[in-house]
Amino acid sequence: MRSQRTSLIAIFVILIFLLGVALINSNSLGDFGITLLSGLFQGMLLFLVAAGMSIVFGLMDVLNMAQGSYFMVGAYVAFDVQHTGGLIDLTNIIPDPNFRFVVAVLAAVLVGAAFGYVLERFLLRSLYSRPIFQLVLTFGVSLVALELVKFIWTTTPYSWTELFGVRESFFELFGQRFSTYRLFVVGMGIALIVAIGLLLQRSRIGIIIRAGVEDREMVQALGIHVRSVFTLVFTLGCAIAAFGGAVAAPFLGASTTLGSGFLLQAIAVVVLGGMGSYAGTAVGSVLVGLAIAVAQDTAIGTSFAALPSITPMLLLVLVLLVRPSGLFGNSR
Amino acid sequence: MTPILEVRDIHTFIGQFHILEGVSATVHTGGITVLLGRNGAGKTTTLRSIMGLTPPTRGSILLDGTPIHGKQAHTIAQMGVGYVPEHRAIFRSLTVLENLRLAERKKGDFAHQADFIFELFPDLKRLIELPGGNLSGGQQQMLAVARALVPENRLLLIDEPSEGLAPVIIEQLIAAIQRLSGQVSVLLVEQNFRVASKLGQNYVIIDSGHSALDGRMADLVKDQALIQRYLGVA
Repeated sequence: MRSQRTSLIAIFVILIFLLGVALINSNSLGDFGITLLSGLFQGMLLFLVAAGMSIVFGLMDVLNMAQGSYFMVGAYVAFDVQHTGGLIDLTNIIPDPNFRFVVAVLAAVLVGAAFGYVLERFLLRSLYSRPIFQLVLTFGVSLVALELVKFIWTTTPYSWTELFGVRESFFELFGQRFSTYRLFVVGMGIALIVAIGLLLQRSRIGIIIRAGVEDREMVQALGIHVRSVFTLVFTLGCAIAAFGGAVAAPFLGASTTLGSGFLLQAIAVVVLGGMGSYAGTAVGSVLVGLAIAVAQDTAIGTSFAALPSITPMLLLVLVLLVRPSGLFGNSR
Repeated sequence: MTPILEVRDIHTFIGQFHILEGVSATVHTGGITVLLGRNGAGKTTTLRSIMGLTPPTRGSILLDGTPIHGKQAHTIAQMGVGYVPEHRAIFRSLTVLENLRLAERKKGDFAHQADFIFELFPDLKRLIELPGGNLSGGQQQMLAVARALVPENRLLLIDEPSEGLAPVIIEQLIAAIQRLSGQVSVLLVEQNFRVASKLGQNYVIIDSGHSALDGRMADLVKDQALIQRYLGVA
């Protein structure tokens, strides 16, 4: 109870601090709104990478270092499907860019899920009792994925040029133009937070996952094939990351640095929120996203160009000083 | 009486350590057999070996004549073996209802058994929405036994149910387990000899990793020298 109160106080203090700095940095309410929306946008993207990582770690004790790669692969697949001249050119079959984007996201999710399944089923399964080997394996897989992406799509970063409905529209608030797409990503992120939360709380598979996080052996002794649940959860985690990459691509484009950049931030989110805690990951994503957006604003016109990239780790250190097991983590 | 469980000369290692060096035991259909022995004798490992959680490297385990050694825990559970581990292993973040529902092997298992479970453990009914972690030790123990009763199990493996519980709770548990007798077969590990002698029809004494003695509980109760020698109680 006391630790919960400490966590809530810590969240409140961080939020007030970030909003305060954002307000000081802003010249107008519009600027403040942009910082806030940018923070939520980055937070939701982080959540999409970190959610799978957190659930997989909680249930399986596996820290998937390839999670960022699924995000990157998702971005490339979505880009490829949406644009002309790629591996899969659907522009003639599906001329409507809006509908093609939906197909692009679905394709990214399917590819992410398929790669996730292969990694868990054929590589990771034999290493469950060897955590160091798991780390090395998933890190190795991330390197292989990177080389594969370079081989297929070269090292040239791609900017999204094929615009569609929400990607090309803007709305005005407090005299500032906001990209509707950022709002769309924030909405998708929130929808996914709620959907995964409902899945964990209301469905049988969710109950199995929550029970498995506490005591895998007992779940198995109740007649549940935990290995199948592992495969399902791991596949789902990778599919969510690929989904994140796909919805991020229209804004961030597709580049080989996407994976590693998001991976480090996602690790900060998962540890800060409390290893294996879904609620912690959701809250941590928003806090880290906001912190990065505020740091980006603060760094403008100063010599602290590296501030946004070190901010997640600074925040992590601060939280761990107050709550060594993370905001919502247990002490295991 | 036909045996529902036959454990024949099993050997089990935990890491490098040879914990079970030849354990044999039989549970008759509808009966309660108690595994007795001092601390560290290998009673819990015997239950875990039967359940497939710490699989034996040698020997055989037959459930209704079908070999189950070498099978995974979830398969053994699906064959009708319920496990109530030492320290209960209640899922603390799950409500009592979720703990019970988790044990369903087919939809409707809990609904089918709910009346019987709440008759055995009436307290659980009013605690149904509480998280397992909020229950007292006795309530958790009742939930652990109740959870094993949700699916139609043929055999229950119950490990130290009275450990750390108040005498009044122990009496309730004894009454509940006695009511199960005849409906489901039980292999019970129990350190408390008074509880063991009240519940068991048969016993197996495990000493330093092997089964040293077995027989009818009624005979053991009369033999104080034997009890003193193997169990250190009089």
